[in-house]
Amino acid sequence: MQSLSNRSKVVSNKPMTFLERMYLPVIFGGMWITFKHLFKKNVTLQYPEEQKVFAPVYRGQHVLKRDEQGRENCTACGLCAVACPAEAITMIAGERKKGDEDKYREEKYAEVYEINMLRCIFCGLCEEACPKEAIFLTDRIVPSQYEREDFIMGKDTLVEDMNNRIDISLRQMTGKRGEK
Amino acid sequence: MIKVTIDDIEIEVEEGTTIMNAARMIGGDVVPPAMCYYSSLPGTGGKCRTCLVEIAAGSTKDPRPMPKLMVSCSTTVQDGMIVKNRTSEKVIENRGAVVEFLLINHPLDCPVCDQAGECDLQDLGFSHGKEGSRYEEEKRTFEPIDIGENIKLHMNRCILCYRCVHVANQLTDQRVHGALHRGDHTEISTYIEKAVDNDFSGNMIDVCPVGALTDRSARFKSRVWFLKPMNASCECTKCSGKAVVWMFGKQMYRVTTRQDQYGEVEVKDGKPEWICNECRFDKKDLEQWTIEGPRHISRNSVISQGHYEVSKTNLLK
Repeated sequence: MQSLSNRSKVVSNKPMTFLERMYLPVIFGGMWITFKHLFKKNVTLQYPEEQKVFAPVYRGQHVLKRDEQGRENCTACGLCAVACPAEAITMIAGERKKGDEDKYREEKYAEVYEINMLRCIFCGLCEEACPKEAIFLTDRIVPSQYEREDFIMGKDTLVEDMNNRIDISLRQMTGKRGEK
Repeated sequence: MIKVTIDDIEIEVEEGTTIMNAARMIGGDVVPPAMCYYSSLPGTGGKCRTCLVEIAAGSTKDPRPMPKLMVSCSTTVQDGMIVKNRTSEKVIENRGAVVEFLLINHPLDCPVCDQAGECDLQDLGFSHGKEGSRYEEEKRTFEPIDIGENIKLHMNRCILCYRCVHVANQLTDQRVHGALHRGDHTEISTYIEKAVDNDFSGNMIDVCPVGALTDRSARFKSRVWFLKPMNASCECTKCSGKAVVWMFGKQMYRVTTRQDQYGEVEVKDGKPEWICNECRFDKKDLEQWTIEGPRHISRNSVISQGHYEVSKTNLLK
């Protein structure tokens, strides 16, 4: 049958010449390529001492934002979980008690909020669905773990620390939000 | 029998039928949306103005068009009447204005509200609403209050459709729930926050088109689209025992009445199948119910996500 790509080669079975049987020219040829690379620019980075600058559209580990007064933005509306194609997000909502007004912005808040980082495909749809600007994907890399359970991140890792706020201004500039 | 034409579709109906009911006989897109009219509650309708339609010809005797848009839920048909609903630009434009009016005092707290996903106002806003609001003044605000042990009233969200007042009037003997004040100060309330403790008072939650009256036993438990609605029945001496239970795995989060395509309680043999408070609030155990099968949910509803039902019609398709 005729080849569709026209790139097929007929295999020849002719015996090798003396030089070919020695293998030495080919070996030296290969080593010459290796030697040339000694003088080329390094492509690897000495992580973690050196770190690469990410593009503004990079999507890494999530953060649950707090507002200016340190209250959690998330109101456990479930839109991120329903938008998530990998079903990585689960949550349990709770009702805000009197006196907790400085902790949570709305009447309802997420008592439990978990993202399974092994399920997550970092598509950013949760961020897109969020009506409260609570969840964002950041330029942080999800750390590796030894146990599968450790990849299920709860509120203790996801909610941002007020003393160490996470800058998401670049994320807000990208895509649709930048147009507004 | 008299002849009416709604959106170029002719139908014969009995005298005294309202335009809304004639449109519902045709079904489909012809049916005007309704926020306050509820067929099982006589006396409802005429308040929200979402069902306004254009009447291009009054009747065969007097074929002049009616000067203003008419409320289809309380205008009766006349012989030879020509009604325009979705074919009329005036109607579509007006409906957008009505949505804007209804949203004047309605907070946009859908992410918090338990009704989100099955809210009539949300659907109406989605289909007819505008992107922004021109209202700049402050919205009126109230603190949420508990009316009775099982019902939470968020007066902020109320659109004053009076359906719940009609439930209180028509299903219960002693009225303890009504409207206070007048005009835009109107507020739904029990008299001095007196508890509504009638056996059927829970049905107010189901007739409420928005999230003003919500179930306290299911408050903030889950969002409706994460739950699986199942037809279920139980033996009850007070009510028909036919209900929809909303399951999350093997847990039962919520019990509601069975509702038809217009969000109204199903009627069997001329009797609306209201359920009693015991079935609604106390029977949250799977053993107390006989599960009949998954509830049919419209494909357009967010509740249908992840909801599987095998019915004859689905198999044929």
